[in-house]
Amino acid sequence: MSILVNKDTRLVVQGITGKTGTFHTLQCIDYGTNVVAGVTPGKGGQLWEGKVPVCNTVDEAVKQHGANVSVIYVPPAFAADSILEAIEAEIPLVICITEGVPVRDMSEVRRRLYFHNTKTRLIGPNCPGIITPGECKIGIMPGYIHKPGRVGVVSRSGTLTYEAVWQLTQRGHGQSTCIGIGGDPINGTSQLDAVRMLNEDPDTDAIIMIGEIGGSAEEEACAYIKEHVKKPVAGFIAGASAPKGRTMGHAGAIVSASGAGTAEAKFAAMEDAGVSIARNPSEIADALLKIYKG
Amino acid sequence: MNIHEYQAKRLLQEYGVPVPRGYAATNSREVETAISHLGDDMIVVKAQIHAGGRGKGTFTDGYKGGVKVVKNREEALDAANHMLDNTLVTAQTGPEGRKVQTLYFTEACDIEHEYYLAIVLDRETAQSMIIASTEGGMDIEAVAEATPEKLIRVPISPTMGLRHYHCRRVAFALGFEGEQVKQFARILTGLYKMYWDKNAMLVEINPLVKTKQGQLMALDAKVSFDGNAIFQHPDIQQLRDLNEEDPKEIEASKHNLAYIALDGNIACMVNGAGLAMATMDIIQSFGGSPANFLDVGGGANEDQVTAAFKIILSDPNVKGILVNIFGGIMKCDVIARGIVAAAKNVDITVPLVVRLEGTNVEAGKQILRESGVALTPADSLVQAAEVIVAQVNSAG
Repeated sequence: MSILVNKDTRLVVQGITGKTGTFHTLQCIDYGTNVVAGVTPGKGGQLWEGKVPVCNTVDEAVKQHGANVSVIYVPPAFAADSILEAIEAEIPLVICITEGVPVRDMSEVRRRLYFHNTKTRLIGPNCPGIITPGECKIGIMPGYIHKPGRVGVVSRSGTLTYEAVWQLTQRGHGQSTCIGIGGDPINGTSQLDAVRMLNEDPDTDAIIMIGEIGGSAEEEACAYIKEHVKKPVAGFIAGASAPKGRTMGHAGAIVSASGAGTAEAKFAAMEDAGVSIARNPSEIADALLKIYKG
Repeated sequence: MNIHEYQAKRLLQEYGVPVPRGYAATNSREVETAISHLGDDMIVVKAQIHAGGRGKGTFTDGYKGGVKVVKNREEALDAANHMLDNTLVTAQTGPEGRKVQTLYFTEACDIEHEYYLAIVLDRETAQSMIIASTEGGMDIEAVAEATPEKLIRVPISPTMGLRHYHCRRVAFALGFEGEQVKQFARILTGLYKMYWDKNAMLVEINPLVKTKQGQLMALDAKVSFDGNAIFQHPDIQQLRDLNEEDPKEIEASKHNLAYIALDGNIACMVNGAGLAMATMDIIQSFGGSPANFLDVGGGANEDQVTAAFKIILSDPNVKGILVNIFGGIMKCDVIARGIVAAAKNVDITVPLVVRLEGTNVEAGKQILRESGVALTPADSLVQAAEVIVAQVNSAG
């Protein structure tokens, strides 16, 4: 079992008729995800690929098709608007795959998520999505590398997550849920949020946390792990060799001029929290299996 | 995206922030015109490069100082002749320095006190943060470290925006009184509006000065914009100075490749930003030195891979290449074909190690083996890093 998404998930795809939306939605349906509706304003009433009804608004998708999770593939200029629409439609979980969302837009979205009556958790933007192997895949990750099991994975990076998952699967260890929280400086779900959910999930026995330089999300998660997490945790941080002041591909991956957000500080926080550290990305699964036998 | 001081000051002026009268120049004729617009009196001559520490910098020919306060037009002309087209090395440029292609000439003013004022995006609270200090004119990170109590921090909610009481709060904390509180409120209001309107990530006035005549004005300014929002601001796009960017990075951006030049000798080509960083890390951990960060993205095609090889090889320091791809939805055999085609297209004269993992990896490896391209396929990332570091080191 799992957190956030499972076989009961009823997915609506915002931006379903676009090239990216179409390609990945077909893959998700192949994996077994229950896609109940799509949203493309102005194309309401059509049937996408002959099988999924298209709505004009997210509200319609909720009321007419019972959608309870949304995934967003719209271009960056419209991403914040799509997220806000999903929040107002009271969708409990919104996953924004879109890369390149202006950070000012995200600061407004994050404000909206703080409202006392907000019912939505946002994952992303700029993330690969979330998968509960064998049940539900939402996003752009390759499904077949995963295997159902009891290790939870949270990561700021897409391909690094695939590396870790693939290592686990090849060593015979499946995953409960894998969450890509995204590489942007302002996102909806933090490392801490994800670690807490995995810690509280009775079907997750061990956790892998993959971070990057920049910000303090890993340090905050480590403070929580030190206090509250009894499950085995392994971790890796990318960017030890990155120069200060340069943004390394992900907008959030930057060591500030003052030296905040270094890999060194994050590894130290992991060490302090008793996290089993992988010093290179090939050893992420092994770092976990040193302290977790499954 | 960063802009020059003179561009930042023009923007500030549009938003009602007082700045000293000034003129920019890119050649000797413009230098003369600029100087003639200013009085035959104290003039400040400022080298325009996208790096801090200009005042304490040294030019490669030994001339000291990228910011000079001079007594008259003649001295201004002399300083300009030393600076223009000369290379300035500062604490932030690296040892190679930056060629000065624009100068900025401004009136000097009588300074009574220097303050610091900035608005930045604060990641932790996901809000804008006003940062101010009575200790202006120096490195704010040093102030933050030595005397954190002197740093005034006021968060601004993106939905409420900047209010009058925010302005008053900062003004009083900086010790302003009477007319200066109003002046400061106008400056902060303009600064915030510019920050918000233009999707800035940072606007910084350091120093904001109080003159002996009691006027507040911005003596230096730094602005950087959110690259993700730049498409909404054609006026800001025009301020981009390609001279300040690495030509390889400019070329890469044309092909939608995220490339950052570094100073090592092992080039990498990777899909995904996190994996690209991790690949650099592992090269370093085996005693090698990465020549670049390069993320070819999740759906890289043959054209992009070809462009990536060309960009990598245009760096004369590169003595070896490590390609590290995790084939997900983009399958390994497709990627392998792209690499082979690109490698045949581009004359690769340095060792090339390719590590593929993921979907259809065996088919991918077979394509690499049978391609006839001189490359070493690697079974794991550790092995790939070991091999490329060894090959580059043995080549000397």
